[in-house]
Amino acid sequence: MSFLHYFIKEEGPSSALIAKERLQIIVAHERRQRDGAVTTQLDRILPQLQQEILDVVKKYMKIGNEDVKINVEQEGKYEVLELNIILPENELKLRHKKVHET
Amino acid sequence: MSKIIVVTSGKGGVGKTTTSAAFATGLALRGIPTVVIDFDVGLRNLDLVMGCERRVVYDFINIINGEGNLNQALIKDRRVDSLYILPASQTRNKDALTLKGVAKVLEALKKRFEYIICDSPAGIEHGAIMAMYFADEALIITNPEVSSVRDSDRIVGMLASKTRRAVQDMAPVKEYLLLTRYSAKRVENGDMLSVDDVTDILALPMLGIIPESESVLHASNSGTPITLDNESDAGMAYLDVVARFLGEDPPVRKKKSLFSRLIGR
Ligand SMILES: Nc1ncnc2c1ncn2[C@@H]1O[C@H](COP(=O)(O)OP(=O)(O)O)[C@@H](O)[C@H]1O
Ligand SMILES: [Mg+2]
Repeated sequence: MSFLHYFIKEEGPSSALIAKERLQIIVAHERRQRDGAVTTQLDRILPQLQQEILDVVKKYMKIGNEDVKINVEQEGKYEVLELNIILPENELKLRHKKVHET
Repeated sequence: MSKIIVVTSGKGGVGKTTTSAAFATGLALRGIPTVVIDFDVGLRNLDLVMGCERRVVYDFINIINGEGNLNQALIKDRRVDSLYILPASQTRNKDALTLKGVAKVLEALKKRFEYIICDSPAGIEHGAIMAMYFADEALIITNPEVSSVRDSDRIVGMLASKTRRAVQDMAPVKEYLLLTRYSAKRVENGDMLSVDDVTDILALPMLGIIPESESVLHASNSGTPITLDNESDAGMAYLDVVARFLGEDPPVRKKKSLFSRLIGR
């Protein structure tokens, strides 16, 4: 290790050490948030909820897998479930008729 | 019993695809039937890293939508016998993956393969959730760098709450840490987080350390998974990862491997 390097080291902690300390704080904080969050309850059922909504909508109209979007947002102390279904333009009536015929 | 393994990280560009290719190839080199699936729909790259980009006909989304059958979509590797690749669609987006569709494909693959490796897209959204949802085990790819470590911790949280194993109260997903793009020199200089720093923070069992290496770039240039280059430092490190994963205690290499040096053997 060069003299210069040694000298620089004396100036203060290495940047890796600073990184570690910052990480320890933020990770601990985020874990606490995660553990305490009620969000997880709603959050964890999201994939299944999305699948089931997709299945139901598909019974009545022709949509792609990507046309049902679902999301949970935290707004203050409330959780908002955001559901977005992109409907096809002319399919609705057609499929509806078919469902009733069968 | 076949196992589903997700290669995940949160952050992009940390080495998930490199690892998926290397790890799957390493397992198949042992004669174990292995398939590696690209979940990065819209940003397919595994095909390039595996060197089979010109053989893609049908893809993962085609199979989910019933537009082709699985045998048509699976690409058999020309170098390693028991290795197959299921490419992602390039023209769709990640939202085209559904829980049901993924489940259907995985069930079919389980009949043929012992290991199913899922190369996750970056992020913590739908695509990443689809890749991890059915996993039995997870390789968490982390670079020794602040944003990567933080993202990995987030992914650990998701594995514990948003996977099938979590939702159905089964045994949790088994997690392994894989530290990649590691530069021992920069750690020595105090410029990069060390192995100990990262394991202190993430508290995950360490499966291996992959050095930052030129050879990875060369391998991807030529479409060769790095584990086929067993002369390279990164290739050897990945082969050791496979050995450790299979419960072996890989012998210390002549030029002491980074891992054994770091864990002081
Ligand atoms: N150990 C390594 N040494 C050097 N470069 C690497 C290493 N691992 C990955 N890379 C490079 O980093 C980039 C991102 O890797 P990739 O596997 O595509 O990451 P991800 O799938 O996580 O986005 C690629 O250019 C790859 O070649
Ligand atoms: Mg990738």
